[in-house]
Amino acid sequence: MFSGFMINAWTEATIVAVVAGVVGFFTVLRGSAFVAHAVPNGAFAGAAGASLIGINTIVGLGVFSLFGALGIGVLGRRGRHDVVTALALVFMLGLGALFLSMSVEYAPEIYSLLFGEVLGISNSELVPTAALAIVCVAAVAALFRPLMLSSVLPEAGEARGVSAFRMELCFLAIVALATTMTVPVVGTLLIFSLMIGAPAAARSFTDRPARAIVLSVAIALVTVWSAIAISYTTNYPVGFFVGMISALSYALGRGWVAWRRSRTSPLAGHPSGAGVAAT
Amino acid sequence: MSHFLVPVFETGFFTSATVQTAVLVGATVPLVAAAVGVFTVMRGQSFAGHALGDIGTTGGSGAFLVGVGPLWGFVAISIVAAAAMEMIGIQRPRGRDLATGIVLGAALGLAALFLYLDATYHNTTGATVTILFGSIFTIAGSTTPAIVLLSVMVVAIVAVLYRPLLLSSVSAELAAARGIPVRAVGALYLLALAIAVALAAMTIGAILSTALLIGPAAAALRFTRRPGTAMLAAGAIGVGATWLGIVLAYDSYYWPPVGHGWPVSFFVVTIILVLYLLAGLPQLWQARTRSASAGITREPVAAGDR
Repeated sequence: MFSGFMINAWTEATIVAVVAGVVGFFTVLRGSAFVAHAVPNGAFAGAAGASLIGINTIVGLGVFSLFGALGIGVLGRRGRHDVVTALALVFMLGLGALFLSMSVEYAPEIYSLLFGEVLGISNSELVPTAALAIVCVAAVAALFRPLMLSSVLPEAGEARGVSAFRMELCFLAIVALATTMTVPVVGTLLIFSLMIGAPAAARSFTDRPARAIVLSVAIALVTVWSAIAISYTTNYPVGFFVGMISALSYALGRGWVAWRRSRTSPLAGHPSGAGVAAT
Repeated sequence: MSHFLVPVFETGFFTSATVQTAVLVGATVPLVAAAVGVFTVMRGQSFAGHALGDIGTTGGSGAFLVGVGPLWGFVAISIVAAAAMEMIGIQRPRGRDLATGIVLGAALGLAALFLYLDATYHNTTGATVTILFGSIFTIAGSTTPAIVLLSVMVVAIVAVLYRPLLLSSVSAELAAARGIPVRAVGALYLLALAIAVALAAMTIGAILSTALLIGPAAAALRFTRRPGTAMLAAGAIGVGATWLGIVLAYDSYYWPPVGHGWPVSFFVVTIILVLYLLAGLPQLWQARTRSASAGITREPVAAGDR
């Protein structure tokens, strides 16, 4: 399990989990789950386009995820955010359908782009991923305070001179960057479960941002590591286990919240406990 | 067909059976999508509307695995997913996208397993491409009765729920004060959405189903505030865009690269996006002239839109 090509898989998965845990924390905090789904999914069209004109897939992914993310940010300023995200996503997918129809030999690669190929990573792919990961985490670290402020209290941020629009664009660019580096490794669909499941679970255990980020990274790491280990022994796809463990960790988080609430407030009819009790 | 129309409708357009089915489906699916879509946009549940279509991949691949018709796989998984979203808390504005995201992530994990098993036992991976991108030109005629039945059901749910749903979409507090069971109404609406999206994803693919659900409704709501009018306008936009897309896709067989038609979904999606952007222009212009005449830089339209 720890020999030869598997070493690359472990390293790569670790990098991806750290980035997903950090970026995902802000995704959940800002309620931007749709964007986190739309950008990687739409960027897949870029990969199809790149293969059509014969350039590196990473370039196509990067260009499409960046333009898609910034397009959502600019158009979302005036229209409804979720509508703009949906339309940007379908437009990118429509372009993807066009590119795919033009290149015949590309079809079998779709599965690997959607669901990832973590067990087949070469040495040459490790270096760019690691570099992009460092840029991504560094960007979050540098923008941590203004990003945090405008995510939680956008009005207070504006009053202190932190433009909510500019922060939104920064955040979207970070999501685009994370997408570019992770999609070839874990696929568009799995990066999404990692970016939502782990941070959402972490937030049920703690309210403090710094602790939540650390916990979110830890949960993402445990998710990816155990998914690879189980997949290696059972031969079933990694994606299945990542999706299931993410959902399970979120369910555990919700269970923890419900249990703590039932202990702290014995009154069954407590208004804030009603929603959780109903589930 | 008269000769002067040939540049628009290439020869054989009206006699082809596939085109006839496509034109028929291209009229019904957008109408159902428009009825549900206006509420989807008003309630801010675009993500759920899109996710339920994507989740269809799980239903389609699962149905293929156990050997039942894909339509039932699509519908069943969509209803289960909608119920899960409702239980996690899609009715709360802050938890809305999160609930959708968690369900989508789990469902796609399952899809990865089903597709893997399909590939192992049945030696096919074509399902991914077909489900995701679909094609209006490859609809089997045999499923038509079931599709019609389910479409009627969706429209019936929306018609029965119309007034309470409208009130609870505009203001949940006001609806609750009037004695409307807001959560039950929301759950029933989610059921209608699940069936509508499953049908659309099954017939025309997940991309087009999202585009037709959200695009026409959002464009219509940009120039009218009346939900009834918006539904009619959205229906017209959806049908128009789909038909124009079909004509262009048929014609594109003669465009470069020759002998290789461009996909319908590309045309329909592009037309819808352009229409949505055009529908925003009057507002933009109005806001600009109003703020210029009043001498203020506030954006009244954007504030009312949220």
